[in-house]
Amino acid sequence: MAQLVIRDLEVSVEGESGSLEILRGVDLTVNSGEVHAIMGPNGSGKSTLAYSIAGHPKYSVIGGSVTLDGVDVLEMSVDERAKAGLFLAMQYPVEVPGVSVANFLRAAATALRGEAPKVRTWVGEVKEAMSRLSIDPAFSERSVNEGFSGGEKKRLEILQMKVLRPKIAILDETDSGLDIDALRIVSDGVNRVKGEQNLGIMLITHYTRILRYIKPDYVHVFAGGKIVEEGGPELADRLEEKGYAQYAKA
Amino acid sequence: MSSALPTEYLTPTGREEAWRFTPLKRIAGLHDPAVSVVDRISIELFGKARAGFDISTAKASELPARSITTDAIVQRLRSEVTEVLHLKIDNEAVVSEPILLKRNAGGSGEFSRTVITAGAHSKASVIVENTGDGIIGEEIEIRVEAGASLTFITLQEWGQNAVHMGRHHAIVGRDANFRSITVTIGGSLVRLLPTVEYSDQGSAAELWGIYFATDGQHLEHRVFIDHGIPRAKSRVNYKGVLAGDGARTVWIGDVFIRHNAEGTDTYELNKNLLLSDGARADSVPNLEIETGEIVGAGHASTTGRFDDEQLFYLMSRGISMNEARRLVIRGFFTEIVDKIGDEVIQERLMTQIDSQLEKLGA
Repeated sequence: MAQLVIRDLEVSVEGESGSLEILRGVDLTVNSGEVHAIMGPNGSGKSTLAYSIAGHPKYSVIGGSVTLDGVDVLEMSVDERAKAGLFLAMQYPVEVPGVSVANFLRAAATALRGEAPKVRTWVGEVKEAMSRLSIDPAFSERSVNEGFSGGEKKRLEILQMKVLRPKIAILDETDSGLDIDALRIVSDGVNRVKGEQNLGIMLITHYTRILRYIKPDYVHVFAGGKIVEEGGPELADRLEEKGYAQYAKA
Repeated sequence: MSSALPTEYLTPTGREEAWRFTPLKRIAGLHDPAVSVVDRISIELFGKARAGFDISTAKASELPARSITTDAIVQRLRSEVTEVLHLKIDNEAVVSEPILLKRNAGGSGEFSRTVITAGAHSKASVIVENTGDGIIGEEIEIRVEAGASLTFITLQEWGQNAVHMGRHHAIVGRDANFRSITVTIGGSLVRLLPTVEYSDQGSAAELWGIYFATDGQHLEHRVFIDHGIPRAKSRVNYKGVLAGDGARTVWIGDVFIRHNAEGTDTYELNKNLLLSDGARADSVPNLEIETGEIVGAGHASTTGRFDDEQLFYLMSRGISMNEARRLVIRGFFTEIVDKIGDEVIQERLMTQIDSQLEKLGA
């Protein structure tokens, strides 16, 4: 059992006109095996929450805490957070020219497992994971995310989540830019990993569409840099109907 | 630009356009007639002779240079060198494995002239490996005859005190393909002139290069493509990394499209990655066009720092900062290193690139 605990998190970002506070006291607990949907309008701070937990240098934590199984995450470097069991599937995965998908996955698995995975089992493991996500095996030799379509990038994120075996995953708008077929493939992949690895998931999304494929246990509405309402799956249905306008002044 | 016209042979002072970036104090008198320089063939074939090519020596007077140069060191070495090494690839020969030439340069100043002739319709790859702490002024003239395809690779894996002033000039014939890959990692001061002229139509040249300068290294590449013939093509792509105090690189990319060179197709690119303060990269692409009747002519040059987003992405997968930097730099160079086509050499170069990084504690 893993537990990610976010308490009263306040985060600012350095802008051209000085420091801007984006997160204004976020409280959230994610346990293994749970799916938490974080929903909210654009600009509400959802992605800032994701990047802050992963340790992106652009964001400064000015208050509150984030712990994983009681250990302070905010003290950790970016790679240490991944080693502790956190994973961020990014909304805009980054292109890394000249670094092949195969090399990248192997370097990451080696870092996370503390030793290079055995070649014989590793190749099979990656191949199977790729095939289940309908990723062409030829992608292994391509540079990470370079020239990938939006859907291909998102599938590569889920592939990484599968082979890197995190405890808690944050999926930042993994559904954005996916057509219905790609959404189904990606959602199946997420559900499979969750089932196999008892993954805890923080699913950040603007739309309710993905929640038809990945069933949330809890829904949190995010507005103005904090959670303004919480509930079960039924809250998502209400949002579908009424939209975010009711939270605009939050 | 009158680069193809001979000028007087004058000792450079450092004020000339061609020498303004070069630290003349560090070139051990190779440019100065008052300092004597040994005349010796310093390149030899590594491995057994094989079918398809022949190596011999000739009197300099019997194998005069066919190209014109304004470079003071090359002019001087041409006047002093008495014997020339000649690598001749037979007409229509297809030499499957690369022909490996190794240089053993001494510790005092030396001049060397080499001619490589790729016979008509031949296909081969030649590698020149430079190691040790030589002080060398050299010219390699590469004659790519009609229909031939030649890959010419030079590896500057010099020791930290080496000084290397070189001109690698290709004369590309009708429908011939010339490809060069220049790798400069070692050496205290390296100044190379990878230059190309075309002797007939339908010819093509691709010039690739990588360089990696750390503390105190001065690595200079002055490319010149002289389009004086219609319907020839050129592509230039050099990539450099600089790190550490006083690391210095210079890349000049001169392309000259003469009035009669209609149908020319050229593009040149230089990218530099600066890893630390105190390093300086000069990048000067220069295109001079005398005719508008061309297929295309362009150039681009960028000098930037590490992409923080790339590092964040790699580290968010558990990869350490040092390993992430290593991956990004290997990735930066891979595009060009992979063109060498010899996995042993490619891996060796990548290992040297890693050790350049390690020297920096990165």
